Amino acid sequence: MKYDIIVVGGGHAGCEAANASAKQGFKTALITSNINNIADMPCNPSIGGTAKGIVVREIDALGGLMGRIADISHLQIKMLNSGKGPAVKSLRAQGDKVTYPKNMVNALREIETLDIIEAMVENLIVEDETIKGIITANGDKYLCDALILTTGTYLKSKILVGSTSKAEGPHGEESSKHLSDELKKLGFNILRLKTGTPQRLDPNTVDYSVLTEELGDDVPWTFSFDNPPSYDIEKQRKCYLVYTNEETHRIIRENLTKSAMYGGYAEGIGPRYCPSIEDKVVRFSDKERHQLFLEPESNFYPDLYLQGFSTSMPIDVQEKMVHSLKGLENVKILKYAYAIEYDAIDPLQMKPSLESKIIKNLYTAGQINGTSGYEEAAGQGLIAGINAGLNLKGKDPLILKRNESYIGVLIDDLVTKGTKEPYRLLTSRAEYRLILRHDNADLRLRQYGYEVGLISEEQIKRLNKKKSDIETLTEELKNIKVSKNNLNESLKEIFEDTLNNGYTLYNLLKRPEVKIEYLVEYLNNKYTKEVLDIVEIAIKYEGYIAKTNREVEKLLKLEDKKIPKDIDYDKVMNIASEARQKLKLVRPETIAQATRISGVNPADISILSVYLKKNYSKDTNHE
Amino acid sequence: MNENICAISTSLGVGAISIVRTSGPDVVSIVNKIFKGNDLTRVNTHTVNYGFIHDNGEIIDEVLVMVMRAPKTFTMEDVVEINCHGGIATTNKILELLISNGCRLAERGEFTRKAYLNGRIDLIEAEGINDLILSDTDANRKFAVSRVMGNLSKKIEDNRNILVGLQARLEVNFDYPEETDAEDMTHSIVIEELKKIEKSLKELLSSAKDGKIIKDGINVAIIGRPNVGKSSILNHLLDEKKAIVTDIAGTTRDIVEGSITIDGIKLNLIDTAGIRETDDIVEKIGVDKSKEEALNADLIILVLNNNEEISQEDLELLNINSNVNKIVFINKCDLDKKIDESKLEGNIIVRGNTIDTYGLDELKNKIKEMFNLNKINTGDYNYLSNARQIALVKNALESIENAMTSVENEVPLEMIAQDISDAYSTLGEIIGSTYKDELLDELFSKFCLGK
Repeated sequence: MKYDIIVVGGGHAGCEAANASAKQGFKTALITSNINNIADMPCNPSIGGTAKGIVVREIDALGGLMGRIADISHLQIKMLNSGKGPAVKSLRAQGDKVTYPKNMVNALREIETLDIIEAMVENLIVEDETIKGIITANGDKYLCDALILTTGTYLKSKILVGSTSKAEGPHGEESSKHLSDELKKLGFNILRLKTGTPQRLDPNTVDYSVLTEELGDDVPWTFSFDNPPSYDIEKQRKCYLVYTNEETHRIIRENLTKSAMYGGYAEGIGPRYCPSIEDKVVRFSDKERHQLFLEPESNFYPDLYLQGFSTSMPIDVQEKMVHSLKGLENVKILKYAYAIEYDAIDPLQMKPSLESKIIKNLYTAGQINGTSGYEEAAGQGLIAGINAGLNLKGKDPLILKRNESYIGVLIDDLVTKGTKEPYRLLTSRAEYRLILRHDNADLRLRQYGYEVGLISEEQIKRLNKKKSDIETLTEELKNIKVSKNNLNESLKEIFEDTLNNGYTLYNLLKRPEVKIEYLVEYLNNKYTKEVLDIVEIAIKYEGYIAKTNREVEKLLKLEDKKIPKDIDYDKVMNIASEARQKLKLVRPETIAQATRISGVNPADISILSVYLKKNYSKDTNHE
Repeated sequence: MNENICAISTSLGVGAISIVRTSGPDVVSIVNKIFKGNDLTRVNTHTVNYGFIHDNGEIIDEVLVMVMRAPKTFTMEDVVEINCHGGIATTNKILELLISNGCRLAERGEFTRKAYLNGRIDLIEAEGINDLILSDTDANRKFAVSRVMGNLSKKIEDNRNILVGLQARLEVNFDYPEETDAEDMTHSIVIEELKKIEKSLKELLSSAKDGKIIKDGINVAIIGRPNVGKSSILNHLLDEKKAIVTDIAGTTRDIVEGSITIDGIKLNLIDTAGIRETDDIVEKIGVDKSKEEALNADLIILVLNNNEEISQEDLELLNINSNVNKIVFINKCDLDKKIDESKLEGNIIVRGNTIDTYGLDELKNKIKEMFNLNKINTGDYNYLSNARQIALVKNALESIENAMTSVENEVPLEMIAQDISDAYSTLGEIIGSTYKDELLDELFSKFCLGK
């Protein structure tokens, strides 16, 4: 059987990759070991969160699936950081673990050029350092021109509970036993990573009277730029706050050696930003309590997810730990927590396009690249799908820059700095976060989605209308003046008699206390709230945004300075030895990327720039 | 970086010994080729080896050779130092032999640059070592030594640590909004922290002035009408006849510079052509130049004659630049007093007579008092001292001040965080490190995060 593009793995990366590939018109196969587990959420029920919520918006802007599927499959949604500034706001939904996968599979089944195949992939067919296809566990061969590996945590995965371990994936699924060895043979460096998931509890045994409720927002939200909200605000499910206490900590400390992690039964490196509860207690011993959340997983089965309590303790200790929590004294544990170890590949061995540096036409996305999180996986899957397609069309890959998107930050961090722990996006990783906002993801990215064929004519027309509305509104604000004679009530309250001369609405809006809604009645045209908000942000924070844009210009200049692919770093004299080593490993594509490699100092960059100017000035048109 | 370099490290001239230094991956075997004695490629690291330097068997000099292998060396490469007998011919011959056997003559400062590029020292330390080599007064040397030890780096680091700490506290709020136990950063908390940082950066900047004094000395312009004895004061202070001194008005046409050291601080003395309106073109150039010098000086000494009335011209000179420190020196106190001192009220006055040097010690004491030299001398030498460093600290301070204004206007904290991060990386430029990862390390080591 021969396909243009094969995607191995049906998780969040795989779904987006398959969609992006097939929608570009390529005959695509999604091969997964269990069709019932497509778009499964084996851990946390939430989609979005700080930075991640913006990623979901970006995926939607580019024409991916996650945003619009999440919109029709959640139990609760809220805007995080709503009390803070515009740049750190982001959406988080509690996904329904039954409807989300179902809606995703339905969306995939609608795509004519996509086949979904159930099989365990155990080997790759590689000729002349180029991928040619895959071989399944029962020996079937599938050929392809490009392959996207999105195997998640299934490479040699091992479930750890106390001193016991089982070679299996989440939900007791079968894991791939040989694929990572095959990758190693091909020259991939294999990392061993670890993550964990907490207990699932029976909701009928919880004492809610002592817990604090966490509600969804009472205004409607969507991740998608295209569809209106389709849920009932009143029917959102509640989450609850739970706290650990001295007793919990005592139980953990006394049993520490029984934990897989602390007892030395695990070898993988876990994430610092999502530590197990034993990690939290050991590393922050002076903290009197740690905060946990109790979250519903679905409307179709009872389990509550005990967010923040992931552990690799044996089950008898877990019983004691959970029952020490206030409100959960008599709770019934439906599923125990476990840690999972798995193989990943070193992301330094891939290009910014997510194509492997070692094997041509082989792409990787998601947890196999050392990341964690559904959103990070989906973002990479989408880019891998787009780029595999562009590659087969003979076009340049889509490489999103750090000033354009969180997805760009994520991929650039991976291929430039590598990772030692499962990588999670944070707003603090984005140096240009003031312009990478929830509200402007479509303005930033939708055009790219359109160019690769994932965004329709109708969608791009809507975007262009929005853009022209933004321009008209800005013009109106610049041209319309108010003076003390025609102040409305809101403005009167702020300015009383202090406004003598006429001021443009634009200048009034710069004042911290003036909101754009106070000015709407002076305008000639009507605008959507979206457009009003975006223009308000642009004007109110003009100074900071301009400063960010100046930084971006500096970056773009450096991004323009391409480093020739054939450069021999041994010939660049006077570069520090650590820098030389790192440059040889990462082989950055631009000077900008080189500056971001840790261990490469400004002095090395200047030496490298001089070398390029001397030796390659004819090849590179820049300077 | 793979090159083998060599240079004469001691000052070239006739001395008891000279040191020729080499650094690079092959220097041990290169020196071994011209060395008669133990096989240097087999000796232990950090050993002194006795033997001879030879040129194809012909003995050039009896030497001690220090072999220091990477990485515990100044440059973090293999370093070999040859202690030979002084003398221009011998030392140059050894250098020549090294070059013909595969070394390249080092550029100025190249050993230090290698040390910096190989990560042995940071940028401030590199600059400090350069100053150490060039330092010509005792205080200057101490200052340079303290920079080599990284004192200033530490001050900069301290400020950066405060900034990254504040930044991390903000980032926790942005990235983990639901951590109810995390401190809720408010504008009033942030402004308090910013004030502390502002104060600390301002202190660093005001110490920059002292740093400049130690490194560059105090520029002293001696001004006055023609023939009041300016050059005599200069010459007595310098203890040498450098400026042309006659009693014909207008004989000093050039700015004559010389330096003296008071308590380890250098005074750069600038004699100025007597200032008066003149038609003589050559003299006019001198006069314009002296006005300019006076404006750029750290200290102006206005010389007046005891036996002359204060003229309008003198008063103009006295007010030439009101911001500069001034001392009025009343010369020729052995002659009859015609000067009306009431016109000089508010100025520091020293009386003296340049013929028998009376009053000059008092002049020196006044200068010491004025610049607080005693304090500088016992200070901790953590001063910023070059224009690049001062400019960067000023930029960082500007970011902080911008942040403070924004806090007052209740601008959202993620914008203010941008200013803080700007200040942080600007300070990082001074010591040559600007990595985003430091913030994440701070974040995860200080805060227990994650649901």
